[in-house]
Amino acid sequence: MSDPGSASVVGLWGLLLLVSAATYVWRAGGVAIAARISPDGRLSQWFSCVAYGMLAALISRIVLLPVGILAETPLVDRLVALGAGFVLFCAFRRNMVPGMLGAVGVFTVLAALRENGII
Amino acid sequence: MPVFVVAAAMVGFGSLARDSGFGFGVTVISTATVWGLPGQVAFAEMFAIGAPVLAIALASSMANLRFLPMSLSLLPLFRDDPAAWRWRYLLVALMSVNTWALTLRHGPSLPLDQRAPYFIGLSFVCMTAGLAGTALGYHLAGTLPFFITASLIFLNPMYFVFLFAGVRHRNGVLALIIGAILGPLVHQISPDWGLVFCGVIAGTAAYWLDRSIGGGDE
Repeated sequence: MSDPGSASVVGLWGLLLLVSAATYVWRAGGVAIAARISPDGRLSQWFSCVAYGMLAALISRIVLLPVGILAETPLVDRLVALGAGFVLFCAFRRNMVPGMLGAVGVFTVLAALRENGII
Repeated sequence: MPVFVVAAAMVGFGSLARDSGFGFGVTVISTATVWGLPGQVAFAEMFAIGAPVLAIALASSMANLRFLPMSLSLLPLFRDDPAAWRWRYLLVALMSVNTWALTLRHGPSLPLDQRAPYFIGLSFVCMTAGLAGTALGYHLAGTLPFFITASLIFLNPMYFVFLFAGVRHRNGVLALIIGAILGPLVHQISPDWGLVFCGVIAGTAAYWLDRSIGGGDE
């Protein structure tokens, strides 16, 4: 099997270095700003809200408008799985484990049924 | 539980990376040095389509921009521990969404000198699992049935949905709800900058709503 990346292995390692540095700048930037603001202050709380907002936007985008492999699964499967997870989450007094396992379990069953042409 | 989820998610990345033409070394090391799935996925996918070097670096970087507000909100926990504060630039390199969320939740109730050890221990366990998962995924690439691969990838967002469903602070809850609603809408307008806009809009709206309602749990 020919490996398309092997021709540029040196280039690929260099690229890895560049990508690692390019993603690390955000972490370092956070440190640099954190040293200059009050930890219990309003600005710090606001940044925490922004982090939650970004993460929620990312996750809801992955579930509703995915790319790659998840994009090949029907939206209704993802939503039904998510709904089932929330029912279990609430039934088990806001325990995340049954919620998560329930959602993924339902999703796996639906995907397997579709792959085998049952639904 | 987080360990299992990290490993499973990285199995998905490992097999994607192999399909994109990465060598084994680059695939596994990228888990340790980039340590953020969206950035790694952007790296692999852009490389696979032969994008220019600068475009690859920029796309991966943008995909991991969330680490800026995350590291900012995590660091105050370590501020009063001189030993941890000295190593702050290394500590944030270990941070993932997982270790960030768990440390934010449990860190404040730990003694000052126990917070960094908790965070570092958790991070190393998660990273070991991530590296093992990446390696496993690389070797399994192309052999798993579609519904298994899809489920492994679906596991990661579901883990975070239910992890964040347990968030108690009212401003955090508001930010999560507004962000979740805005995310897909804004993405259709601007796929590149959508997350940044959403974060700032949702975060700001949640912050002000929380303050103007007042009398909450803060």
